[in-house]
Amino acid sequence: MTGGQIVFGALSYDVAHLLGGAMLVLSFLLLYQRRLSAVINIYAVQALVLAAAAAWQGWVQGSWHLYLTAAIALFAKAIAIPLSLRRIVRQLAIHRAVEIALGVFPTMILGVALGALAILVVLPTTLAAQALTREDLAIALSIVLLGQLMMITRRNALTQVIGFLSLENGLSLAAVGVEGMPLVVELSVAFLVLVAFIVFGVFFYRIRERFDSLDVRHLDQVGEGLR
Amino acid sequence: MNPALLTLDPLELASPAGLAVLVPLAAAGLLALIRPWRIAARANIAAAGASFALACLLPWQVGHVGGLLLVDHLSAYLALLTAFVGLTSAVYSHAFIPVEIAARRLDRRRLRLYHAMFQVFLGCMLLALLSNNLGVTWVAMEGATIAAVLVVGLPRTAEAIEASWKFFLICGVGIALALFGTVVLYLAALPALGPGLPAMSWSALGPAAARCNGTVLNLAFVFLLIGYGTKAGLAPLHAWMPDSHAEGPTPVSAVMAGSILNVALSVILRLRGVMAANPTAIAPGPPIMALGLASVLMAAFSLWPRRDAKRFFAFSTIEQSGLTAFAFGLGGQAGVFAGLLHMTFHTLTKAAIFQCVGRAAQLKAGQRFDQIGGLISSHRLLGLTLAAGIAALVALPPFGLFSSAFLILTETARRDPLLVAPLGVGLLVGAWALVWRLQTLCLGPATPDRGHAPAHLSLAPAWLHLGIVLVLGLAMPAGLAAWLLAAAASR
Repeated sequence: MTGGQIVFGALSYDVAHLLGGAMLVLSFLLLYQRRLSAVINIYAVQALVLAAAAAWQGWVQGSWHLYLTAAIALFAKAIAIPLSLRRIVRQLAIHRAVEIALGVFPTMILGVALGALAILVVLPTTLAAQALTREDLAIALSIVLLGQLMMITRRNALTQVIGFLSLENGLSLAAVGVEGMPLVVELSVAFLVLVAFIVFGVFFYRIRERFDSLDVRHLDQVGEGLR
Repeated sequence: MNPALLTLDPLELASPAGLAVLVPLAAAGLLALIRPWRIAARANIAAAGASFALACLLPWQVGHVGGLLLVDHLSAYLALLTAFVGLTSAVYSHAFIPVEIAARRLDRRRLRLYHAMFQVFLGCMLLALLSNNLGVTWVAMEGATIAAVLVVGLPRTAEAIEASWKFFLICGVGIALALFGTVVLYLAALPALGPGLPAMSWSALGPAAARCNGTVLNLAFVFLLIGYGTKAGLAPLHAWMPDSHAEGPTPVSAVMAGSILNVALSVILRLRGVMAANPTAIAPGPPIMALGLASVLMAAFSLWPRRDAKRFFAFSTIEQSGLTAFAFGLGGQAGVFAGLLHMTFHTLTKAAIFQCVGRAAQLKAGQRFDQIGGLISSHRLLGLTLAAGIAALVALPPFGLFSSAFLILTETARRDPLLVAPLGVGLLVGAWALVWRLQTLCLGPATPDRGHAPAHLSLAPAWLHLGIVLVLGLAMPAGLAAWLLAAAASR
């Protein structure tokens, strides 16, 4: 298998597709979890699959720097972030159940609609691109949209952040699927995710300190008189 | 320059453009270590001054094209403007901080973070403006956002935490869409430029725009427009802006009001040039104009019910940002020229207004309209400066915003006469609200002073800003006009 040429039906295509599809399924799983620990676990698995997808693309495209991306996804997103999320949950003694703003069934329906939207938007516009890039992009966009849906339908600041992190997994999937994406971008993005995560962590403590809960409904109520 | 020659060369950072970016970032590291806040505030001014001095060399660097940095008429001009506002805000900040410490709104420990993040923000904004690579622009924008979020959340009041959380989440989603757009733009440029650095570089994308894949370019355009539109405060993703401008420390509101918008709008402007040069892509003008017009109308009507002064002026920022985006959407050399002019005047005026409002809020120990009133009778200089600032913002002659708003309206009348009506309604409704607030803030009986009085010199930056807006409104130097026309060409 040498760089670049990806033929429809080839093994490289199938595996990449399988990994992308797995990430999408995990995004759907995230939507209806009732327990915080399950949400964190599924996020970790999604990051693990992202690492595998990046490594696979590195082999298929023959570019070493994708292995680096894979390593970052593995160590930062699949190991370090979930571990510290668990620590935060323990330290802040957050309720282990997830508070949901919208029921599971309507959320899933919306999720399916968003997935269909992503495919309808991406597939026709990228007909000229390679089949793999095209479908990877559609899957990645679905993951991005599902991450946003999760941010909307959850009330807890922690689950909103996991929605954001899962959305970022989708972005990474899009970036590794496109041939020859400059490394500098991926590296900086990974770095920023870490920084952003630390900032999020700081905020958990601040919100908690102020409101004694991570439920963002409290946030909407403050300052209402000032508007 | 041959796109194949674009490589990442660390030596590029030793050029004036690179140093203008590196100086604030390095200063941030130092400022994080300086404990006495008086020294830190002076070091903050020195670092912003050094960065401004380096930015002053940029006009002679035009034509520098590298893998990392691009200095052309547009980026050199906007970087100079950003560095200038950064410097004057640092000077203002020096007088602002003692009062905040006395009022216990900021404590000394957090000031190290404040100064460090001020410089990180400035450095990231300059990098975003001067970067040749769309990916690096994205990263710089995100870095600046994180720095701003940390500063906005500094007061640790419930409102400040709410504002920074909202800021982080909305901008996080916006910037995520922008990154997706960046990936798609790269995909669109692959057939023309091949894999590697050039397909993400503005300098290579411009000449090769016609050979890019038009339909993929459309997709990229939508994501980038929404993503960077969020940062520019364009409706409907503007919600972060009033909160973060209202709750953050005033010097940061003053810098933010100009820089984040300008960077985001300049990306949209460059993207517009790429789209317009591609025969198969959609026309980029109408979507940009629609977002701009929607923002103008939404903000103009939202000005009325506001009770918080800084929130009020943040909505006015959304209105002006919408008007600038509208002008960029109109396009043509005249439209873009008017937009750039408007952007400049608004940046200077709004920074001056925020500095005045911040000072008034310190004097009255509150920033609600019912707490601030009759400034001219109690604090003559402050009241008159604020009145002049608001008059400039209303686009009254002889201030510069009059000429830029007039240019935008006449250009609209020439190109799309029907759009003059909604745009005019928006501008009038907004101006009316501003005049009303000018009356309550500056005229009438004075409200009691409850806070500490800042040093008198804290008004100097506002005078400098308004002076520039006034002089440029009366007599625009031919050199500056030619420069802006060159920046507006081929967009």
